[in-house]
Amino acid sequence: MSRADLMGALLAFVARLITGAQGHWKGCPPEALQRIYFANHQSHLDWVLIWAALPGELRARTRPIAARDYWTASPFKHWLTREVFNAVYVSRQRTDDQDPLEPLIHALQAGDSLVIFPEGTRNQTGVPQAFKSGLFHLAEAFPQVQLVPAWIDNVQRVMPKGEVVPVPILCTVTFGAPLSLQDGEDKRDFLDRARDAVVALRPTAA
Amino acid sequence: MNMLQALRQLSPEQQVGLLFVLVFGGLLMVSVTALLISLQSKPPEWIERHRLFKRDLRAVWVGAVTFWLAWVSGPLGATLLFGAFSFLALREFITLTHTRRSDHRSLILAFFVVLPVQYLLVGNRHFDLFTVFIPVYVFLAIPVISALAGDPERFLERNAKIQWGITVCVYGLSHAPALLLLNFPSAPGRGAFLVFFLVIVAAVAQIVQEAFSRWLRSRPVARAISRSFSVRAWILGALSGAAAGGLLFWITPFKPAQALAMGLLAGGAGTLGEFVMKALKKDAGVAYWGNRAAVTGAVGLLDRVAPLAFAAPVFFHSARWYFKL
Repeated sequence: MSRADLMGALLAFVARLITGAQGHWKGCPPEALQRIYFANHQSHLDWVLIWAALPGELRARTRPIAARDYWTASPFKHWLTREVFNAVYVSRQRTDDQDPLEPLIHALQAGDSLVIFPEGTRNQTGVPQAFKSGLFHLAEAFPQVQLVPAWIDNVQRVMPKGEVVPVPILCTVTFGAPLSLQDGEDKRDFLDRARDAVVALRPTAA
Repeated sequence: MNMLQALRQLSPEQQVGLLFVLVFGGLLMVSVTALLISLQSKPPEWIERHRLFKRDLRAVWVGAVTFWLAWVSGPLGATLLFGAFSFLALREFITLTHTRRSDHRSLILAFFVVLPVQYLLVGNRHFDLFTVFIPVYVFLAIPVISALAGDPERFLERNAKIQWGITVCVYGLSHAPALLLLNFPSAPGRGAFLVFFLVIVAAVAQIVQEAFSRWLRSRPVARAISRSFSVRAWILGALSGAAAGGLLFWITPFKPAQALAMGLLAGGAGTLGEFVMKALKKDAGVAYWGNRAAVTGAVGLLDRVAPLAFAAPVFFHSARWYFKL
């Protein structure tokens, strides 16, 4: 077992200890299919929570997206994202000659699954903002990849904005039924439909 | 009577070992029988009943293995084990109550300071500080931290909830390892029996009370909280706890009458604890905590530790007071 594997096991254990990291597979079973999981984004812990809720054998091929400038800034951050999580790096600065989705497309071509937060930024209001268009372009380019909506619940209570120590509170990740892009579906319609699919997974009696 | 005398002549370790052999043997028999019966085809309502029974049986197994581990691993292991239980129970409790962002610091204090310190005090047998640490010092510290967070909204309510959670999940449960570590000069090495005694008595009282409340159908005291809980059933439950305690007197440092009284006390307190938890469940809008897939999906630990968390402090204090330990 390498050091990265140990770190991964440790992080998954801590995530389960603090949050329970319960995965509820409502719409699809946890299978080793190529998938794009898309979820609401409220906290830094969201990725770790989805990752810990996945069965161990799916973790290695399910990759997060990390901002290159922040997550390569220090050796530790770089090691953590590269070796432990196998993150896909994207640059936040847009250059004219490069498609920002290119690293994601490479990862999907290689057969990996991705976790994306289509709101683009963390959001504390409890209701997801409008989705950015990346999900649509990926759905268009990779029709064979399953698009699985997920709702992460309670995580904002674990670590509110500005706090560094997490409080142990049970969280759940609910995975819904896969969506696919319909023939000739408009970009905005699809993104709204995807967002509704995520919101629909929110547990009713909170 | 001869057998009892033979039993009393064994060393405490041998007696505990025998106890666990009996308990695990009985459990194994029940489990194997249940498995054999479940191999035949049965009507659906029977399968549903069987599923519930299997769930309860699993809980009993977990409980028995836990106590065996607590005994085998000695004071340190028992303290750590119940500390972990406290942590999980408090995590479940806090999940179900509505805390606000400004409670964050108080909750950190509860989980990462109060809980470890309380168990450190138990593990080191600082019983005097142990009994007042939470009721006095933590009681004062939590609202101070909370006030410093600067959020006046529902201040009293929020603090009360956190205090209550700490008192039940940490203070109450930490009395179980305290019993294990309590030293009776007249009978050294008997701590493990006290925890076992407490658990058996509380369980018997609980089961009898439930059975009688179904069978007697007398008027419930508080229909809105529990349709079955009645004074008569409660008294019968506590009395059967006393009877169980009296029968088990030989494993404790108590004389028969004392064991009877302790059983009455623990059985009564445990069933009341379960009743209070029912009220709490209704308040949180949960029918059965273990099934709360929506938010927690947890094991419903809080449910199962409630009788113990209520009975253990009462039991501990009365034992200490009466025997002047």
